[in-house]
Amino acid sequence: MARGIHNSLSPDANLTATTRGVPWWLTGALALFIIALLTLLPLAAMIVEAGDIDWAGTLGNTYIQRVVWFSVTQATWSTVLALVSAIPVALALSHKQIFIGRNLIVALFSLSLVIPTIVAIYGIVAVFGRTGWISSALSTFAWEPLNFYGLPGILIAHVFFNMPLAARVILVSLQGIPQEQWRLARQIGMGPIALFRFIEWPAIRGQIPSLALLIFTLCFTSFAIVMTLGGGPRATTIEVAIYQSLRFDFDISQAVALASIQLLICIGLMALSTLVKHNRDLHNVAFAALPKDHQTRHQHALNRHLSGKSIINMLHWMIIIVASVFVLLPILALILSAINPTTLSVLSDHNTLRALLNTIIVSLISALIAVLLAIFLLLSTRHLRIRLLREKSGQWLQLAGNVILVLPPLVIGTGLFLLLRPFADVFALALVLVIVINSLMALPFALRVLDTPMTNAANQHDRLLQSLGLFGWNRWRWIDWPQLRQPIGLSMAISATLSAGDLSAIALFGSEQIRTLPLLLYQRMGSYRLEEAAVTAGMLLLLCLTLFMSLQLLIGGRTHVEA
Amino acid sequence: MLKLDQLCITLGQQYWRFDLALDPDGVYALLGRSGSGKSTLLNLIAGFLDPDSGDVLWNGHSIAHLEPAARPVTTLFQQHNLFSHLSVYQNIGLGITPNLNLNSAQRADISRILVDVGLSGFEQKRPGALSGGEQQRVALARCLLRNQPLLLLDEPFSALDATTRQEMINLLRKLINKYRLCVIMVTHDEDDVMTMKAKIIRLENGTVTLT
Repeated sequence: MARGIHNSLSPDANLTATTRGVPWWLTGALALFIIALLTLLPLAAMIVEAGDIDWAGTLGNTYIQRVVWFSVTQATWSTVLALVSAIPVALALSHKQIFIGRNLIVALFSLSLVIPTIVAIYGIVAVFGRTGWISSALSTFAWEPLNFYGLPGILIAHVFFNMPLAARVILVSLQGIPQEQWRLARQIGMGPIALFRFIEWPAIRGQIPSLALLIFTLCFTSFAIVMTLGGGPRATTIEVAIYQSLRFDFDISQAVALASIQLLICIGLMALSTLVKHNRDLHNVAFAALPKDHQTRHQHALNRHLSGKSIINMLHWMIIIVASVFVLLPILALILSAINPTTLSVLSDHNTLRALLNTIIVSLISALIAVLLAIFLLLSTRHLRIRLLREKSGQWLQLAGNVILVLPPLVIGTGLFLLLRPFADVFALALVLVIVINSLMALPFALRVLDTPMTNAANQHDRLLQSLGLFGWNRWRWIDWPQLRQPIGLSMAISATLSAGDLSAIALFGSEQIRTLPLLLYQRMGSYRLEEAAVTAGMLLLLCLTLFMSLQLLIGGRTHVEA
Repeated sequence: MLKLDQLCITLGQQYWRFDLALDPDGVYALLGRSGSGKSTLLNLIAGFLDPDSGDVLWNGHSIAHLEPAARPVTTLFQQHNLFSHLSVYQNIGLGITPNLNLNSAQRADISRILVDVGLSGFEQKRPGALSGGEQQRVALARCLLRNQPLLLLDEPFSALDATTRQEMINLLRKLINKYRLCVIMVTHDEDDVMTMKAKIIRLENGTVTLT
């Protein structure tokens, strides 16, 4: 090998420039084009339609005023309640580092991210509803049943979904407090109040604005919960009102007016979130693993002295128990009621099986599109950030994937409806439209999961990759895929689970002929066929868990690869 | 030989201008304080940075317009030289061809180069199972197998303990003699310079002097 390498170096043989297969911007441009096509066209159709609207009359309409007002109030209350309940739960869990079942409780808290909304709603109704567990318990004492439907039900459901999310994020920032601060606190002899004020609150405080904004946005655009538990003009949000205008009132101009208002408010929220120092990894934190065992044990020894006061200790245990019961009860109620005399007949029912098949098709194709779009975007942004050192441009390009946060599903749905109505039977195309909307909805999640691993892995080895001439297919096959298959598996799993559980798009475009499991469940609940509904809910939950675990295992592989 | 011809670059507030001519089988130590631009110089030669003006020539041919992989240059980095999910064999094989389709002669080359760096039989191990010194030996093996006449070393042993470091320097000196390479090594250690019998390039005030 040493033989005369110096002289063998002729300019034509070794010094010709490597020809790159694919220009770096191509994948990003392709993804951008597809996203633009799927969002801007419906938006344009909507704007054309909106031109004919009598805006003064619309804004003076008391129904629309009431709907907008209710959307804002319920989202505000939900945010406040979720945060106020999450803080003590996170504090209690951070003080009790080691007890049997702690991992289970924290895992349960991330389950609410995976469990389909409509399934959880079934469980919540089974516990808190008019004929639910609590009302039956109350009636044995001859007390009035809970007044559940309307605002109380919506708030309970929103807290059910968002309190665990917030608690996990806060818990992670509490666990990030350096050991030295705990030691110092112990040396100074801080009591629980001083501890909270000087050590814990400063660690939590930074998370509150971005967390509040996220929860507010989720609750503001919440659809399934409000549609099922709200109802009537007194408890309707803009999202649900759009649906009702299109599906029941056939009032297209009212739908467009509502969608325009929704769009403006969402743009405002988005602008606000760029002002607030936002935490890009909020969702990653929610899915993140807990600290390793030895770390927690160390901290446990330290913390025990700090929370040793017996009343505080009791309070912490009570908070943990109440929070776990609150999250666990609906799931338990669902599982218990899913086994009933109708189970077998529902499982073999023609409608159920067709809905199951549709759900699997929708979830897998939507997830595939979402993850491909995310990877295509990130391949380009990674080049922008690492090779061209243009961090800002990279972030802007990536922002395109979050377009659904500005254009909620019902708004895009309205646009697609207007766009396609002159050419085709919109309801016959239901599955295609549902897939389009669901893949856009899953895209921000896929992006968040893939962003950090993709950028970090590439950053670490960038110069080595350049010097070895690794790019294109070779790079993907030997470097990117083995390093990224685990996050890709996770993003596929999350996207598929979200799409399988979505009710908003299928509610808009579904029919008696074309249904998914969430829509079938909603219809069975709506017609008070509760036993059948319970089986459907159990089936959907099982499907989501199966999708979540099998996709991670199939794509991510068993072996853990260091990124 | 390697020639830097009025090679200029501005990064932020700092400005450099390099004029340098090096022997094709010379061994050079690049000395300078941290922040003086040692890595900048290596990155310009390797093609990770584009100069504002000037030229880099190898044996009279300009290489400044070439992609890093097409230059007659190979680099041993301070860290992250290996992909942790690939075996030693695959990590070295990527230096021969980026698609890892290796013929039997190339496979034999890998085994032979592993003998040279004192790691024979390590083909199927993963980097995670190797010590820091062994990992750098694998990376060095790949550098040698890439068959490029110019070897750049960017503080390659600074993360190793003193004994391992000494072993690596001795090994490196032996292999440089065998393969007759032009070597530029960034270092902070005067002892390394002695052991390597290197000529010294000093980097000060944005320019280089060969002593």
